[in-house]
Amino acid sequence: MIGLTHYLTVSAILFVTGVFGIFLNRKNVIIILMAIELILLSVNINLVAFSAYLHDLVGQVFAMFVLTVAAGEAAIGLAILVIYFRGRGTISVEDVNRMKG
Amino acid sequence: MIQVIAFYLFAVLTVLSGILCVTARNPVHSVLWLILSFFNAAGLMVLVGAEFIAMLLVIVYVGAVAVLFLFVVMMLDIDFAELRSGFAKYAPFGILLVAILAGEIIIGEGAWSAGGLELSRAAPTPEQVPNIQALGILIYTRYLYIFEGAGLVLLVALIGAIVLTHRKRGDVRTQKISDQNKRRPEDAVRKTQPAVGQGVEL
Repeated sequence: MIGLTHYLTVSAILFVTGVFGIFLNRKNVIIILMAIELILLSVNINLVAFSAYLHDLVGQVFAMFVLTVAAGEAAIGLAILVIYFRGRGTISVEDVNRMKG
Repeated sequence: MIQVIAFYLFAVLTVLSGILCVTARNPVHSVLWLILSFFNAAGLMVLVGAEFIAMLLVIVYVGAVAVLFLFVVMMLDIDFAELRSGFAKYAPFGILLVAILAGEIIIGEGAWSAGGLELSRAAPTPEQVPNIQALGILIYTRYLYIFEGAGLVLLVALIGAIVLTHRKRGDVRTQKISDQNKRRPEDAVRKTQPAVGQGVEL
């Protein structure tokens, strides 16, 4: 029988995979953005699973808002990536120091 | 029984393609694995009855975000082999951190299943109403302002992406509407009466 714990486990593994992806591809911003998408997907699975478990629709409403923010974040992130590449000719994160932060 | 098989199929494929997404050599393959992962996550969501979110996931991610990633990956001329150079160096620390994180999440789940907090329901799922209808009722009444806010977030992202990437190019000839409208007949037309046998010099 499939319970809430199964869903939470899948979501936890996916979350951890996303974090691992950020560590593994420290230089490649595109893969880092994809790893963030994976993390947000795992959050969505969590929200939907709890929404089904508690018979409460708010989880699904919030999953939708997470989806919206994730889409906007991907668009802005990729736009920044494109202008960065236009100016520098590389997308290596290690030499991002223009703002001296 | 079929639900159990479907769950394991979707779950294993989601996790597997997620792992392949972050470890693939070629970023295009990475994007394709991401798409597969999202498809299977949508399957997981259909299994618990959240059809609308599942369809949204397929439409928004596979239809828009993944294609955006593919565009960017293919548009930029990047030496991906050079970007992967630190792969083995970062792996041990990454595995350590991931193990700690996974352990914490599992401990959290164990603590929760031992008896979680009793929370009241904010919006109980109505009986006999389809998922999409119930969600629509909720979004357009109680969460209307948040919904509008989500639309605003998308608008800002849309305009922001255009503003960030738009550039004025000097080497192309474009139509200048204001110049065309400002041009008067006396600037452009000259009336002459040349004698017979003489042409008009331009």
